[in-house]
Amino acid sequence: MAHIHRTAAAPIAPSQITPERVWLTRRRLMGGALTAALAGLAPGAVSATAEPSGAKLAYTPNSRYSVRERPNSFEDITTYNNFYEFGLQKDSASENAGSLRTRPWSVAVGGEAEVRGTFNLEDLLREQPLEERIYRLRCVEAWSMVIPWVGFPLARLLARFKPTSRARYVAFTTLYSPAQMPGQRVKVLDWPYVEGLRIDEAMHPLTLMVVGLYGRVLPNQDGAPLRLVVPWKYGFKSIKSIVRIDFTATQPRNSWNIAAPDEYGFYANVNPRVDHPRWSQASERRIGAPLFAARQPTLPFNGYAAEVADLYRGMDLRRYF
Amino acid sequence: MKLADLNQAQRYRFIYKPAVFIASLAPLAWMTCGLFGWFGASLGPDPVKELEHECGKTALNFLMLTLAVTPLRQLLRRPQLLRLRRMLGLFAFSYALLHFSVYVVLDLELNLRQVGADIVKRPYITIGFTALLALLPLAVTSTNAMMRRLGSRWQRLHRLVYLIAVLGVWHYWWQVKRDIREPLLYCLILGLLLGYRLYRARRAPAAVTSTCGSATAQERTSAPALSPGS
Repeated sequence: MAHIHRTAAAPIAPSQITPERVWLTRRRLMGGALTAALAGLAPGAVSATAEPSGAKLAYTPNSRYSVRERPNSFEDITTYNNFYEFGLQKDSASENAGSLRTRPWSVAVGGEAEVRGTFNLEDLLREQPLEERIYRLRCVEAWSMVIPWVGFPLARLLARFKPTSRARYVAFTTLYSPAQMPGQRVKVLDWPYVEGLRIDEAMHPLTLMVVGLYGRVLPNQDGAPLRLVVPWKYGFKSIKSIVRIDFTATQPRNSWNIAAPDEYGFYANVNPRVDHPRWSQASERRIGAPLFAARQPTLPFNGYAAEVADLYRGMDLRRYF
Repeated sequence: MKLADLNQAQRYRFIYKPAVFIASLAPLAWMTCGLFGWFGASLGPDPVKELEHECGKTALNFLMLTLAVTPLRQLLRRPQLLRLRRMLGLFAFSYALLHFSVYVVLDLELNLRQVGADIVKRPYITIGFTALLALLPLAVTSTNAMMRRLGSRWQRLHRLVYLIAVLGVWHYWWQVKRDIREPLLYCLILGLLLGYRLYRARRAPAAVTSTCGSATAQERTSAPALSPGS
């Protein structure tokens, strides 16, 4: 498995971060008097910030793979996200995810791998040292956040199952349990939620299996107990509450592509040059940023181009959106 | 002065219209509190989107209310309700303009090139912008002087509001990702409001003309500023 042992790509180059910071600073300066006059308008300045809760995790920060932008507040990250299994509003998950039982939790592994079967989550996590990575998250709806995840590279998990040479893709499935996930009683998507990656994407060192947030156990509403985070793709690729992993020879289906194939592709790489049919992807609004300084240009591959652009060499990204 | 001493016109002028005016400002007051965090109100982690959506939905609500005046005054036999319609229509326009302003100033942060590109390239924004533009002549010609000047053409011009309402609901429907429940509700309400008019027009064209097409002499004299309803 050359993929697994491939040397880690270069850390995110400062050149990719600095211009944005400079840009933001410049925007603030340009805002000048206007910004000063409206300083009191800064959202969040007055709202109470919820403290991170949940059991603390042991982890080491991974600065190689962390951006230097300021992470969003715990409150933003835990009260504003799409998780249609719990409802269709941005705050539905935080309000309804209490009914999700994350222990005991097992993950079924099947398909083109030598090691298959059903595994207890504890067993899967036992030999995985955890690290914190501060990643950008770019939603296909053109908003973004910066999130301090705690997890481990997906490649390390997949290697345990010894995928065969026929394994060209990895498919993931979210829990299906309308009793625990009330949103599944409404058929807005074809439940259960499914997603997939090409095996080289899955094995990429940036691709993270996440079990924590802000140094603590992942809150239910953010995809507990086990979720994927693929920082260079739109958020919907980062499937939550995973109960099944399959190695496949053919490209698996993914829920949003099934729901609206002309709007959401399989690859879903963040790409400012390929617009969503109904809205522009050229820029994004950073949640939690001050008024008049929230909109910023979207970066190719969400700023991770130096690490992942090679995966798509020669591909027409307009076609494989 | 006691309420009983006021005649109908005075009651509308001094009581009902100010009351509706203040009530119509409530959404704006709520959004302002949310934006500044006053009285514990909050617009959530994405205040700009929330503000944008709330202004848009409030504009749609006022459009629906404006269109509900004629059915209500006919069904409840209260022709004087017409006196409130202009205000409701102007609030629809104001909230629509606010919705567009939030989008241009707070959401796109005055990136006018992006605004232009959106209006040209994004059909749902094209539709919404068209509806806003179409509201403009209606707002401009809402004054008594313009009504007198335009005469019978005024009513023909103001029938644009039907098209505007359809565009407005369509604009909402088209930008929704998956949850169509609310746009569907607006569709149903608009269907009822327009269906009522079609039904009336088909069933009794003469009656429609007499109650809507031209106001009674009494209405004309007591409310010269107001249009014949349609």
